[in-house]
Amino acid sequence: MLAISASSPLVEVADLEVNGVLALAGPSGSGKTTLLRMAAGLARPERGRVTCGGETWLDTERGIDAPPERRRCGFVFQDHALFPHMTALGNVRYGARGHERRALGLLERLGVAHRAAARPRELSGGERQRVALARALATGPAALLLDEPLAALDPRTRAGAGRELADVVAATGVPAIVVTHDFTEASLLADEVAVLDAGRIAQRGTPSQLASSPASGFVADFTGAVVLTGTARHGASGLTRVELDGGGSVESTDAAEGRVAVSIHPWDIALGPLAGSAHNRLHARVTTVTRLGNRTRVGLAAPQPLTAEITTESAERLALRPGGEVDAVWKAAATRLLALGSARP
Amino acid sequence: MTRAAGRAFPIALGVALAAVLTFLTLPVVAIFTEASPGDLLSSLGHDGALDALRLSLETSAIAVGLVVAIGTPAAYVLATRNFRGKALVTTLVELPLVLPPAVAGIGLLAALGPKGLLGGPAPPLVLETAGVVVALAFVSAPFYVRQAQAAFESVDPSLLEASRTLGYGEAATLARVAVPVARPGLAAGLALALGRALGEFGATLMFAGSVRGVTQTAPLAIYERFGTDFTAALALSAVLVAVSLALLLTVKLADAGDLR
Repeated sequence: MLAISASSPLVEVADLEVNGVLALAGPSGSGKTTLLRMAAGLARPERGRVTCGGETWLDTERGIDAPPERRRCGFVFQDHALFPHMTALGNVRYGARGHERRALGLLERLGVAHRAAARPRELSGGERQRVALARALATGPAALLLDEPLAALDPRTRAGAGRELADVVAATGVPAIVVTHDFTEASLLADEVAVLDAGRIAQRGTPSQLASSPASGFVADFTGAVVLTGTARHGASGLTRVELDGGGSVESTDAAEGRVAVSIHPWDIALGPLAGSAHNRLHARVTTVTRLGNRTRVGLAAPQPLTAEITTESAERLALRPGGEVDAVWKAAATRLLALGSARP
Repeated sequence: MTRAAGRAFPIALGVALAAVLTFLTLPVVAIFTEASPGDLLSSLGHDGALDALRLSLETSAIAVGLVVAIGTPAAYVLATRNFRGKALVTTLVELPLVLPPAVAGIGLLAALGPKGLLGGPAPPLVLETAGVVVALAFVSAPFYVRQAQAAFESVDPSLLEASRTLGYGEAATLARVAVPVARPGLAAGLALALGRALGEFGATLMFAGSVRGVTQTAPLAIYERFGTDFTAALALSAVLVAVSLALLLTVKLADAGDLR
């Protein structure tokens, strides 16, 4: 188990315990990379403690601060940091302390053995990422720390590479932290996600837990849900009624009182001149229409910004175009209410 | 008039370039044309000309060897650490670059001469070959250290961090990652320092003197001979031109290597 406590101006994390693979997600500037560097000994918190297995790597109270080379952390850097003066095999052999067979075995396991003789500049982004992971594994690390390992990759290959990466990391059996700024990527890479907001862990849980019951408006926003703001009070038939800022009102099955963030998943919103008695209906103006294969994302002003995701077929049937008017409709049961903290009005 | 002016400027540019090129290459060309190649070769043979050349090459190699051995870790510190007074340290290291050689010679005498600051503990250097090495090291070190610092500064810090997380300490990281990655820049610095050492005249003359076979390097030998045996001075000069040209080409090639 890897356990991290760190306190510094940018990061304030207490007892972050990692057993399997944890995705550390958050927007840029939230302190993800700093926390990772503190675990590896590349940065030092003002106060903190890092333990791995039975070893203490950092304990500022007891004056323990092991240098990076003693921490046995496999670190994959965002730009992969492959040594340009060595071949792919040379890079991995460096990590394997000259053990040629072990280095070749790792390149084979990651499917890049055929590129063993290539220099880093001759490798594609995906190949570089695999070589960097092979190099990190070559030391036989006690923990794996991966900083945005997919960031340098082509968006088209990212999903596939992410699944492979997750498999390889999970197979090592050592505690691992994967940093990412993207929630979708986080849910691809790990079974458990911790969301970092301004240096603090805002929420930790499985991807579906975070998406379905976010602990704050920030987490809801980060998971990709639509977030509207308003004021909640008890409504008819046990539902909560929210008067939205800027006009309109919606109902939710969640109980809340006072200032709230209203979170809805874009795919729970239907569009059209629809009949029926769904509880929530907002008249909106279409601002953008983006086709993503068989899905279409529709940006709306209701007047708060809202995003709906519908099938391309229904988008075509509705002849949606920017400037047009439409009704956005969704169920009260698909509407999450989150009390707004004073920090995030 | 506009059309004429439009042609005149490119012509002026061409003339300026031709003037610069002629002015800078004429003396070099003249060294090789003033005496016949046969005369140049034969005059290298007598009057200790080859001794002076050998002494120049030996003392320069030793001086630059010392500069590289001690200057490389020093440059690494300047490139990778931040500390109070770093700008001042960098400036002090660069000071000999702008110091007149005569001032350098006086400074060395005042510091390491028989009655100098460290005159007691220092081994005798004045009028000794070791004194030549000291003078050459003094004037050439800033060329190497400055270039090496820039070369280390351009190494991506994450490469050094990667080496550390792979279990290598700082010394091993310097030797196995920083130096190989910075190699083109280090080679350029070495060539510059060697060129400066080979051409050194003023500081050596004032500090170590010009004793034939002991402290008389090639530039000092050229100076001593040009009044009495101009052909011998030309012959030595021709050799130094060839060596300097080779060094310049090394720098250029190292720079090209940098663009990989």
